[in-house]
Amino acid sequence: MEVEWLEIRQHMGRFPPFEAFSDELLDEVAAQVEVAYYRADSDIFVSDQEIDVLGYVRSGAIEVRRRNGDLYDRLGEGDMFGHFSLLRRQRVRFPVRALEDSLIYFIPDAIFQRLCEEDEQFADFVEVERPRLETAVKHQKQQNDMMVTRVRKLLTRYPLMLEAATTLQEAAAQVTEFGASAVLVLDTPEEKARYVFRDSEERAWQVSGILTDSDFRSAVAKGQAPDTPIGDVVGPWLVAIQSDESVHEAMLTMLRNNIHHLPVMHRRGPVGIVHLSDIIRYETHSSLYLVSNIYSQSSAEGLARLAPDVKGTFVRMVEDGADSRMIGSALSTIARSFTRRLLELAEEELGPPPVEYCYMAMGSMARNEQTLVTDQDNALVLADDFDPERHDDYFLALAKRVSDGLAACGYAYCTGDIMATNPRWRQPLSVWKGYFRDWIQDPTPERLLHSSIFFDLDAVYGENSFVEQLQDLVASQAPQSKLFLAAMARNALNRTPPLGFFRTFVMEKDGKHNNSINLKRRGTAPLTDLIRVHALACGSRSQNSFERLSDIGHTRLLPDGVEEKLRHALEFLTLTRIHHQVIDIQTEGEPDNNIEPESISDSDRHTLKDAFQVLSNAQKFLKFRYPIPSASERRRR
Amino acid sequence: MALRRSRAPAPGWPEYLADRAGRVQHPLLSDYFAAGCPGPDTPIGEAPLVALDIETTGLDSRRHAIVSIGLVPFTLARIPLREAQYWVLKPYRELTATSVTLHRITHSEVKDAPDLADVLPEVLAGLKGRLAVVHYRHIERPFIDSAVFNRLGEGLLCPMIDTMSLEARLHRQSPWARFRRWLGRPPVSIRLQASRDRYGLPPYQGHHALVDALATAELLQAQVANRFSAETPLGELWS
Repeated sequence: MEVEWLEIRQHMGRFPPFEAFSDELLDEVAAQVEVAYYRADSDIFVSDQEIDVLGYVRSGAIEVRRRNGDLYDRLGEGDMFGHFSLLRRQRVRFPVRALEDSLIYFIPDAIFQRLCEEDEQFADFVEVERPRLETAVKHQKQQNDMMVTRVRKLLTRYPLMLEAATTLQEAAAQVTEFGASAVLVLDTPEEKARYVFRDSEERAWQVSGILTDSDFRSAVAKGQAPDTPIGDVVGPWLVAIQSDESVHEAMLTMLRNNIHHLPVMHRRGPVGIVHLSDIIRYETHSSLYLVSNIYSQSSAEGLARLAPDVKGTFVRMVEDGADSRMIGSALSTIARSFTRRLLELAEEELGPPPVEYCYMAMGSMARNEQTLVTDQDNALVLADDFDPERHDDYFLALAKRVSDGLAACGYAYCTGDIMATNPRWRQPLSVWKGYFRDWIQDPTPERLLHSSIFFDLDAVYGENSFVEQLQDLVASQAPQSKLFLAAMARNALNRTPPLGFFRTFVMEKDGKHNNSINLKRRGTAPLTDLIRVHALACGSRSQNSFERLSDIGHTRLLPDGVEEKLRHALEFLTLTRIHHQVIDIQTEGEPDNNIEPESISDSDRHTLKDAFQVLSNAQKFLKFRYPIPSASERRRR
Repeated sequence: MALRRSRAPAPGWPEYLADRAGRVQHPLLSDYFAAGCPGPDTPIGEAPLVALDIETTGLDSRRHAIVSIGLVPFTLARIPLREAQYWVLKPYRELTATSVTLHRITHSEVKDAPDLADVLPEVLAGLKGRLAVVHYRHIERPFIDSAVFNRLGEGLLCPMIDTMSLEARLHRQSPWARFRRWLGRPPVSIRLQASRDRYGLPPYQGHHALVDALATAELLQAQVANRFSAETPLGELWS
């Protein structure tokens, strides 16, 4: 009798990459399993032993260490191990021990190799060809394409449809009763008719046209008799759209044809009618709409009332499958618009500025990488004819209005007081140039902190050339100063990623466990810091991390392939952070940067671990790439 | 501790099997007995083992019958599932309602099933030369014995490692267990799943002969890893 290992198949089917297997394939794998029990602290694989099986943790937990004894990984139920050595047909590189009493399923090498050859997803998972991180980011993108909002999402009901022989009067009555503003006109199908369908009684119909409110109006205007059949009134051709087209496409179709009603078809049968107002209602949550709404506000209070819309726009973009750059740049644009409008309103009240100025943003806003959880970092660069005695009252008042206004819109005050309200950060251009030169030439811990904030900078409003001059200064001087780069590099290592996850914990490199992780502090921020150092070293004038990576890619600062890896890691970490903020909003909590391991899917755990690994390796390289110059080297400068 | 236990110095299993080999009539049985079993001094880590579980229509081997048999050959190091075997049998006696719910084997499944006589050559080939491992030998031993006797006219007794009695030694017969009893505490459960829980083994759907055989094999691996060693001689484990 055929032996079936339901128990084993069901267990493996719950974990990636096996979860994607068919039941037949799982049965085949399960039937080849060899089981073994290991007591806590006993060896499973020892260094240099021959290996001919893939390990799978059925219960318990195991620990993988590097040869030097450093913790490499802890694995629990459903995790697998040994595939690195199997793939490279090597002996065991990292020894494996049981951390708890564990039951291990071993899958023979022959099966493993076959799965790698036959199942692309499995191969990706064990990194035969492409790194898993890249695959995950691509997969996210693919999903995004599918998630673009389809026009069918706007439909709320089936369309009203009437036969061509119906009189105008009868049709008008039906339209009114139905509460619609348009009706589809049906006829017996002609040959080659485009839209043909069968009703519930299996009668075939052709959709020959659409009759809208305005058609009724013009019929009356022309003096057409109430008993005219609607078939005689309806236009000669019908513009329609397929239900799986995007909302955007529907909008374009309406604009191109100058129509307000658009029948929606599923293949050849009608499923509804969209009206222009449906699209406008939908677009209300778009960032474009929000931005134009910001500029039409006439008071700071009005702007503050738009704060909830920022959340709405954010959630919409994430649900529509935008990538991290689209979201980051939309939110930054929104924040800029708030700032600009507040400045315009302030100028209206305070009068024109006594000297030229540029209002600049730092941090994530300057990088176009804002998410929902953000505070304000801003400063004022004033023209050099600024006279504090005569002019500063004006600019203090201006700065205060903007800061207060932003706070009311949901952008918290900067806890480090990096705001234009601080006199230190409300200075003429020449003073700013002096600041920047000092920070680069003589880095102290405080100055390094400033460099890491102010060297992501962008003009928001006013005389942009002031900020451009500062950007030029940084781009030309930073690459020259080895000491500055070395100090920035060390500063970028203050925050490190964890090793990965173990069960419901975040696993640290020293083996400690935590309940949650701040994905900004332990992921995106150190990654951004690291990219900034390389960008400063190569004289890049870009502020956005992805653009900086492209600039870095044109140099020889990084080993081959690292730029791509950093890009994928940043994308994945940022999007994960963003997705968890959406979950926070949807569960009616305050969005923050913390994520709890139990709310991360199994496959995301693996990918996050890979991203942390990329970051960790890049940090190690950073120290090596920007060594502290010797004393004699420093004197030469 | 286990080493100093004063057990009867092996019931002389190899001698018993050799004796039966010379006397049984049926070639299937003489073949089985001639293969013998590892000696009492063989370390458990070197012994070929086979986990055996049968599901029956009841507890009495004289009145009830075998419904299914699961065999999982293994060693202390590995349990290779591809060598496992499983048979559903047409019971010699009536299938009762309780046995249906318990083993999830229904009348229709059993209707076309073979009689034990038809599969006995395969079952004996699976057991031959290996030491059987069961959980509660007082089911497997008498049922196999009487079922074989009913078909071949001669019985079959063989040495077995009983994982339940290994648990009992610790939880029923140790001084600690007596102390607990004296305190009036309920005895620790030594049923299959309860025993597995104590070693951190995962819960399996019980009462399926194949799954229970695997569960028993894993339990023995865990017991030896925790309380004995690969060098422990069979004589200290079998009964």
